[in-house]
Amino acid sequence: MTDVDSVLELARWQFGIVTVYHFLFVPLTVGLTMLVAVLETIWLRTKNPEWLRLTKFFAKLFLINFALGVVTGIVQEFQFGMTWSDYSRFVGDVFGAPLAIEALLAFFLESTFLGLWIFGWDKLPRALHNACMWIVHLGTLASSWFILAANSWMQHPVGYKFNEVTGRAELTDFWAVMFNKVQLGTFPHVILAAYLTAAAFMLGILGWLYMRRPGTDGSERPMYRRGMVLAAWVMVFSGVGVAVSGDVQGKIMTEVQPMKMAAAEALWETSDSCAPFSILTIGTRDGKHEKWALEVPCVLSFLGTGTFDGKVEGIYDLQEKYRSTYGATPGETYYSPGDYTPNIPVTYWTFRWMMGLGVVGGLVGLAVLWLTRRGRTPTGFVGRVLPALAISAPVMVLLGNSMGWIFTEMGRQPWVVFGVLTTANGVSPGVEPWEVWMSLLGFTALYAVLAVIEVGLLIKYVKKAPDPFVEPPSPSLRGSEKDADEPMNFAY
Amino acid sequence: MELTTIWFCLIAVLWIGYFVLEGFDFGVGMLLPVLARDDRERRVMINTIGPVWDGNEVWLLTAGGATFAAFPEWYATLFSGFYLPLFLILIALIVRGVAFEYRHQRPSATWAGWWDRAVIFGSYVPAFLWGVAFANIVRGVPIDADFEFTGTVMTLLNPYGLLGGLVTLSLFVTHGAMFIALKTDGDIRGRAGALALRVGAVAAVLAVVFLVWTQALTGNLATAVIFVVAALALVGGLGAAYVGREGFAFAGTFLAIGLAVAGLFVGLFPDVMPSTTDVANSLTTTNASATPYTLKLMTVAAAVFTPLVVGYQAWTYWIFRKRISIHHIPAAH
Repeated sequence: MTDVDSVLELARWQFGIVTVYHFLFVPLTVGLTMLVAVLETIWLRTKNPEWLRLTKFFAKLFLINFALGVVTGIVQEFQFGMTWSDYSRFVGDVFGAPLAIEALLAFFLESTFLGLWIFGWDKLPRALHNACMWIVHLGTLASSWFILAANSWMQHPVGYKFNEVTGRAELTDFWAVMFNKVQLGTFPHVILAAYLTAAAFMLGILGWLYMRRPGTDGSERPMYRRGMVLAAWVMVFSGVGVAVSGDVQGKIMTEVQPMKMAAAEALWETSDSCAPFSILTIGTRDGKHEKWALEVPCVLSFLGTGTFDGKVEGIYDLQEKYRSTYGATPGETYYSPGDYTPNIPVTYWTFRWMMGLGVVGGLVGLAVLWLTRRGRTPTGFVGRVLPALAISAPVMVLLGNSMGWIFTEMGRQPWVVFGVLTTANGVSPGVEPWEVWMSLLGFTALYAVLAVIEVGLLIKYVKKAPDPFVEPPSPSLRGSEKDADEPMNFAY
Repeated sequence: MELTTIWFCLIAVLWIGYFVLEGFDFGVGMLLPVLARDDRERRVMINTIGPVWDGNEVWLLTAGGATFAAFPEWYATLFSGFYLPLFLILIALIVRGVAFEYRHQRPSATWAGWWDRAVIFGSYVPAFLWGVAFANIVRGVPIDADFEFTGTVMTLLNPYGLLGGLVTLSLFVTHGAMFIALKTDGDIRGRAGALALRVGAVAAVLAVVFLVWTQALTGNLATAVIFVVAALALVGGLGAAYVGREGFAFAGTFLAIGLAVAGLFVGLFPDVMPSTTDVANSLTTTNASATPYTLKLMTVAAAVFTPLVVGYQAWTYWIFRKRISIHHIPAAH
């Protein structure tokens, strides 16, 4: 169905691929900077060598992951201008500011203080060294805040006016953009999901090590267990937070983007009260061929409105409503797509996979914790599947993140800025299909190769297990000359 | 001063920051197969930029983001118009960044060899293409009344553009060699100094030709003064390298690159991207800019955070001020 000559289709595939790929690294970066900083702080407080070993072990895995997050992030900033130049012209005044401030305020913090942390073990006093990782984490939070504010504006444009003369959106109230109500739901949801992902990563890997690298007579297991318990606490708190913030988001979405909520549920007909929540459907979801569906009565009404008998508008009614608001035929008004229905199978299933993978991934993590309680080592069938199960937990949660983004972006279609600019009108008019083909294939191929290399390295270092304890140097900022010829504590 | 002029200057500052900083780490990457005799020396070279290359690259991201915010039309025309060169630069920066982080992760010579190739490719390509891109911005490209670039990639590969590419490439190699001489100890230090002189002489000739050409294209009195001072800084840097004053030598290339870029921007003003199709289609600081509200907001952000960034980046360079030699490189994993 994809038109090979359509820059729009190609540009959308490219944006989807490079962005989903980039966001595989983002939640782990946000979450792991926090967890590594916590591990190092605990080590400084307790002086228990195990915590330093865990700090270094997870820092290693984090850095392998972070490298790809950084380099794929450059593409993110460039591609708006490259493939979406009309979008850039239209939104630059509003959307550019958070992006620029993100770079100035967050990217510099992250890159500089991470460099200090990585190479600074023998150069910085311990507390300052630990502070560097906390600063990196603050940088990731600041970065998330600005980029999510920019995205929230695309979901629910506020604080701007449309300039008829220039045909562009112009910022009128920066703080309205920063504290957009969609942003206030999205930021906690995304950040807590990142914590959940990183905690599942830590718990899963420690669960695998517990089974496969127990040390002599299980000597390493107490260390793994301590890390698992810490990760589990983070998982429980962030998991509950993800659910609560997701619920808040659902209600805001019903209000500002009712079509997205209807699309999430493939709710074709308006339900005046007690709309059911669909769990699974067999058959197509185009509204005509439903064969069998598993539904929970009234739950959709609650998700969307907060009451079990709330009215939830269906796709048909919304389509008519939008046609009268924005125009019934393409091109009728300035930006009129004519069809206002997103791709329903995609929104319906990604919405389910997001929740399903998040919940199941989290529960699997907790199951691993439960099965290894008080020094237990499961044998037989459970013992055989446990390592694989442990590793599957972070993978599931991570994919849940991807599903959430695919849902929220696909559910906004055909708009790129909801109610203001369509995706079709945002694409670069001067770029040739062959150019986008080239970059699409180039990025995809390179990303695939890098993914294989990255996973290979992660496996290598997980299998290697945490290194033995080595007391790190405790230098003062003035430095001393006596160790001038000592090897560096860390080197590329 | 007009807000749009302030932002034109700030964007110039961000690009200058990017080229003087990442310029030397591109240079280090390009010199990897030339200066280092074995793996240890290659690691010495990579570790001189290890803690700082990523921070240097953020200058590019900030320049891009600031252009998006302050001059959306410029950002849109430039990035969509220069699609293929930017795609190549992105591929190069991706493999280069990953290479630094992954090169040392396996103790195999084949593994390290492939990442070395990635560093070398990833340093040559942007070092050349940024010069081509900037020369073309200064020279002007075909732009229609909708501010769309109407040329092809071949439009960019004109003699002036190609010369611009060679100038940045040779200057960055020199800058990188000066940096290695300043930051290392042992055998490699002397070799880097000697190489800086030889490449620097070539770079100086290319740069002077390019600057004279630029002066003829867009020059005024101010650019003439800046270009002369840039050339003197380069010659002074080479002189300092000759007498073994590595700090002054590095400062020389640092200033020369910064001033040359500053001169390009001064010559460009008030255009940001001149059109060769029709002067009326040229993008200027006025017709490409964001609204005063956005510019004011960004001015506050820049005034608060830029000094902070410069402060902690400078502090990082001070923390890692020690020279590195082969004795400092621990065994591979």
